[in-house]
Amino acid sequence: MAKLLEVEGLQVRYGGIEAVRGLSFSAEEGRIETIIGANGAGKSSALLAISGIVRKAGGSIRFRGEDITHMRADRIVRLGLVQVPEGRAILSPLTVAENLELGAWTRSDAAGVRAELERVYGLFPRLSERRAQLAGSLSGGEQQMLAIGRALMASPKLLLLDEPSMGLAPMLVSLIFSTIAGIAASGTSVLLVEQNARAALKIADRGLVLSHGAASIEGTSEELLANPAVVEAFLGKV
Amino acid sequence: MDLSLFANPVFLVQNLVDGLSRGALYGVYAMGFTLIFGVLDILNLAHAATFMWCAFAGYLVMAVGGLPLPAGLAAAMLAGALIALLLELLAFRPLRREGADKLSSMISSIGASLILVSLAEAAFGAQTRRFPNSVLDPKPFYIGGFSGVRISRAQILILAASVVLMVGLGLFIRRTKMGKAIRAVAASQKAARLLGIDVNGVIVVTFLVAGALAGAAGILVALLTNNIVPGMGNQIELRGLAVVILGGMGNIEGAVVGGFVLGLVETFTIAYAPGGSDIKDAIAFLILFIILLVKPNGIMGRGKADRA
Ligand SMILES: Nc1ncnc2c1ncn2[C@@H]1O[C@H](COP(=O)(O)OP(=O)(O)OP(=O)(O)O)[C@@H](O)[C@H]1O
Ligand SMILES: [Mg+2]
Repeated sequence: MAKLLEVEGLQVRYGGIEAVRGLSFSAEEGRIETIIGANGAGKSSALLAISGIVRKAGGSIRFRGEDITHMRADRIVRLGLVQVPEGRAILSPLTVAENLELGAWTRSDAAGVRAELERVYGLFPRLSERRAQLAGSLSGGEQQMLAIGRALMASPKLLLLDEPSMGLAPMLVSLIFSTIAGIAASGTSVLLVEQNARAALKIADRGLVLSHGAASIEGTSEELLANPAVVEAFLGKV
Repeated sequence: MDLSLFANPVFLVQNLVDGLSRGALYGVYAMGFTLIFGVLDILNLAHAATFMWCAFAGYLVMAVGGLPLPAGLAAAMLAGALIALLLELLAFRPLRREGADKLSSMISSIGASLILVSLAEAAFGAQTRRFPNSVLDPKPFYIGGFSGVRISRAQILILAASVVLMVGLGLFIRRTKMGKAIRAVAASQKAARLLGIDVNGVIVVTFLVAGALAGAAGILVALLTNNIVPGMGNQIELRGLAVVILGGMGNIEGAVVGGFVLGLVETFTIAYAPGGSDIKDAIAFLILFIILLVKPNGIMGRGKADRA
């Protein structure tokens, strides 16, 4: 199976704080890979470093065989690696439609973009109803739909999702997770960071536990769900 | 106070014409100033020096080069875009780092402004430059005979050009893909980068547009006053800042409205208040102060979220 993303010895530092210390993992095409870990484990830092938003203190990253370690963030998006960051990064003063349109900023195939927009509106009819509304006035759940829909507008090869279920009511959480499973089924690979480990492992093919900035446990979702250390740390309280 | 002035409709309309054309100039100048603030959160204090250089650029092309008015307008706007590009590359970008203090870029723009003004003084001296009559016929039009309302060709040009620029900028920012990217960068640089937007590229476009607007304001003021000197930026600098604050920092529609408010208030103070031209600044700024007491975020200000 072709390696889509290869992360080798990734390090991220903020001043004296070592947020990520030598993280290595890979993501394969057509799969959902999940990263779980406690608060402050370095999950968001790792994702932001992969996307070129946060500076890497060390390590290397390859995407579709190309070295993107020192690539600018906008070029990385152009290659098809798109992130929905923690907190969603919605452009509040712009409308829903404008947010989606900017999601396709890197594309020049007008017909493809129009078709993509219809797909996104089909996936999230709520966004279609609110297309002329300012994004900042959407509810938290709607903003998450907008963030995911906007990322899909770029037609990504790999979608990075940082805690998409954060702050959402249980019903919305299951909608978001089934949507993510659907996105992967239609051919977009997904790297999913989650606090909600059980739900994440349920839809993921493989998982990785990040603790103190490095991978501590790795395996298939079944292996992790059955691993006593994982059960105790992340799945204990149901 | 001469009460008969209030009953004179010609005098009223005359002041409306003068006030609107003065306000249009403030609006065009302030749009560029507020655009950069909206996108970068910094005050570009070299905007007035850019404005002044563009007046000279238009002067050189038309009065020295003998080219017609459209070429002079184009040259002024092009010069403004070019100077603003240099400001971005030399004065702002080197200081733009994650978490860098916005005050440092303000100081850097003050330095750039001083350099631009000294260069103009060295190049042109303190002597006032004036356009020959061939550039723009100074004879005004009269509406309703010689005792009627007087409007100069420069005023007609200013009103027409400012409407084109205001509507054009509005459409550019609201409707075009680049305009939306500018608003995205204004809202969040990180979000824009995650969408694949080249933030520095968008900032360059922003500076080009803002500089062109400073250029348009510069050449239009030069045509109206026919008084081109290296210090001409001083006249508009504080007023531009006041207009931007009055309209709501970073708010383009606000800059237009604020420009017209200040232009009209100044003109009517001169016309109707006793000793008007001596106290016009005091009265104008007193009125701005009162407006800001009522609306502290400016006339159109709704806080950071709605900028640009
Ligand atoms: N911009 C920053 N400046 C300084 N320290 C930071 C910054 N961002 C994160 N950190 C620190 O780096 C460490 C890792 O943070 P990170 O946000 O990557 O964790 P996380 O696993 O995503 O946590 P959470 O589950 O709470 O989102 C934490 O100790 C955090 O305080
Ligand atoms: Mg996080």
